[in-house]
Amino acid sequence: MYETLSSFAQTWGLIGFVALFAGVLVYALWPKNQDKFDDAARVPLEDDARPDAASATEDKHG
Amino acid sequence: MTALAGRPKTGLDANAMIVGGILLLGALWSLFAAASGADANMRIHAWVIGLGFVLGLFGMVGVYSSGGVERDPAQYNETIVKYGVVASMFWAIAGLLVGVIIACQLAWPALLSWDALPQLNFGRLRPVHTSAVIFAFGGNVLIATSFYVVQRTTRARLAGGVWPWFVFWGYQLFIVVAATGYLLGITQSKEYAEPEWYADLWLTIVWVAYLLVFLGTLAKRKEPHIYVANWFYLAFIVTIALLHVVNNLAMPVSFLGSRSYAAFSGVQDALTQWWYGHNAVGFFLTAGFLAIMYYFIPKRAERPVYSYRLSIIHFWALIFIYIWAGPHHLHYTALPEWAQTLGMTFSIMLWMPSWGGMINGLMTLSGAWDKLRTDPVIRMLVVSVAFYGMSTFEGPVMSVRAVNSLSHYTDWTIGHVHSGALGWVGFISFGAIYCLVPWLWKRKGMFSRALIEWHFWIATLGILLYITSMWVSGIMQGLMWRSYDSLGFLEYSFVQTVEAMHPSYIIRALGGLMYLVGALLMAWNVYKTIKGDVADTEDAVNPQSAAIQPAE
Repeated sequence: MYETLSSFAQTWGLIGFVALFAGVLVYALWPKNQDKFDDAARVPLEDDARPDAASATEDKHG
Repeated sequence: MTALAGRPKTGLDANAMIVGGILLLGALWSLFAAASGADANMRIHAWVIGLGFVLGLFGMVGVYSSGGVERDPAQYNETIVKYGVVASMFWAIAGLLVGVIIACQLAWPALLSWDALPQLNFGRLRPVHTSAVIFAFGGNVLIATSFYVVQRTTRARLAGGVWPWFVFWGYQLFIVVAATGYLLGITQSKEYAEPEWYADLWLTIVWVAYLLVFLGTLAKRKEPHIYVANWFYLAFIVTIALLHVVNNLAMPVSFLGSRSYAAFSGVQDALTQWWYGHNAVGFFLTAGFLAIMYYFIPKRAERPVYSYRLSIIHFWALIFIYIWAGPHHLHYTALPEWAQTLGMTFSIMLWMPSWGGMINGLMTLSGAWDKLRTDPVIRMLVVSVAFYGMSTFEGPVMSVRAVNSLSHYTDWTIGHVHSGALGWVGFISFGAIYCLVPWLWKRKGMFSRALIEWHFWIATLGILLYITSMWVSGIMQGLMWRSYDSLGFLEYSFVQTVEAMHPSYIIRALGGLMYLVGALLMAWNVYKTIKGDVADTEDAVNPQSAAIQPAE
């Protein structure tokens, strides 16, 4: 059991993880994704209150 | 705002039934354990636990007799984040106070140890301190900010009706059960995993609910892209679940008793423990707080994160590498040497993702560096990231076997942990809370910017005193332990090293006290802001409406 698991981890496990990480690198560095990432980076900045948005008062749970 | 009664509420739904059932079962178990527990500690502890469940049931009756929890889909659930912020402040003060007490016990042991009160000896108070600052303070900050950030970045209300409340209050119950257990002497003796089996089981239930609430909110997101902070939160939640369950596998001696035996023994147990222990650092104290960095620094600086690409790459690099670093806690032990070398190698590799994160956090301010001078909250966040960079540089150095032979078992380790904990985790949390309080309570800013300045400088000086004294003490200790005279005898007895460390211990207690004073100033500032005494403050934030804005 131990031999099987460790030989799997040292071959296919290694290859699998390296391939997965290579996939991440390709995805992150793919030039076409730049616009998508630029938009994503602005996600936290674009939920500011608008002038017409109602301001919440103290709301008490329950 | 219109009458509160007009807000839609859940009514008594299936979720409420399940939560009520869980609380009822918990209360029943406590009753049995209090009446016929296998040991005296269990019978006492069951009263504390039972009280928690009964209070929970009373709370539910109160909430559901007035229609249930709010579920307005057009509004963010900010109430739960408010509770989280207040709980975070409370546990910060409690945890830091216990830290100062035990630092004083180490500095003046004759004065501060009492034979009549075993509950207050150092051995029992130390886990109260570590759990209170890491899990109570840090955990509450993580739960509160994750509930805030996931809603804001998905443009969706928190999912799950009553379940987020179950997570919040269930987590507080876990903290109280853990801490009171330590005082009673109930511990399974695993560092950072001291609570016994019943507390562990309870935390597992709470944590699975936390994961489901988080995933449920992601699932109903209006924003197609999942912002990077959520990736870090998710990694933190999933990995902590895995670590917690595996490391706490144990067989209770009695199902109504406070003792259990771990599933592993010997070196396997040690490796499992430090696989857990180091990843608690990696995924609780790093990934979780990086999520805070990725939301609050861009938000406060009003600039998008420096490189979104870098954030993706350093996220996956961190996930892939951190999980292997644990064996560096077991150099020169029965652990096979190849496993020690593996842990050390992966620790060194961690330099890359750690510094990737640090660069990304710091460079987000490029073009806005003047804010460091004008905004103490930004300064706190940035100094936090700088401490992150420093302690993640120091950590891999200490994981090298040769360095470890000097540093291990000395105060250097304590200094290293505290530069990460006080500098990185503490400051990023304080910075996030300084942002959150005016946003949540709809104030112009914090009550006093001067108090934030004072907090920043007192706490920074406190950290410097703390870590420099521990460097001096630790390296001296390590050198004294390994020095031999010309005949090959040890040059110093152990007690001589203890005597030499005494001045450093006093300086450390002073540093901790200063950090606590800073947190007290903050608590006062937060109290005044919540109370509404914000007339003409110099601290000004962009208002954040509770109304959900449409996705772009």
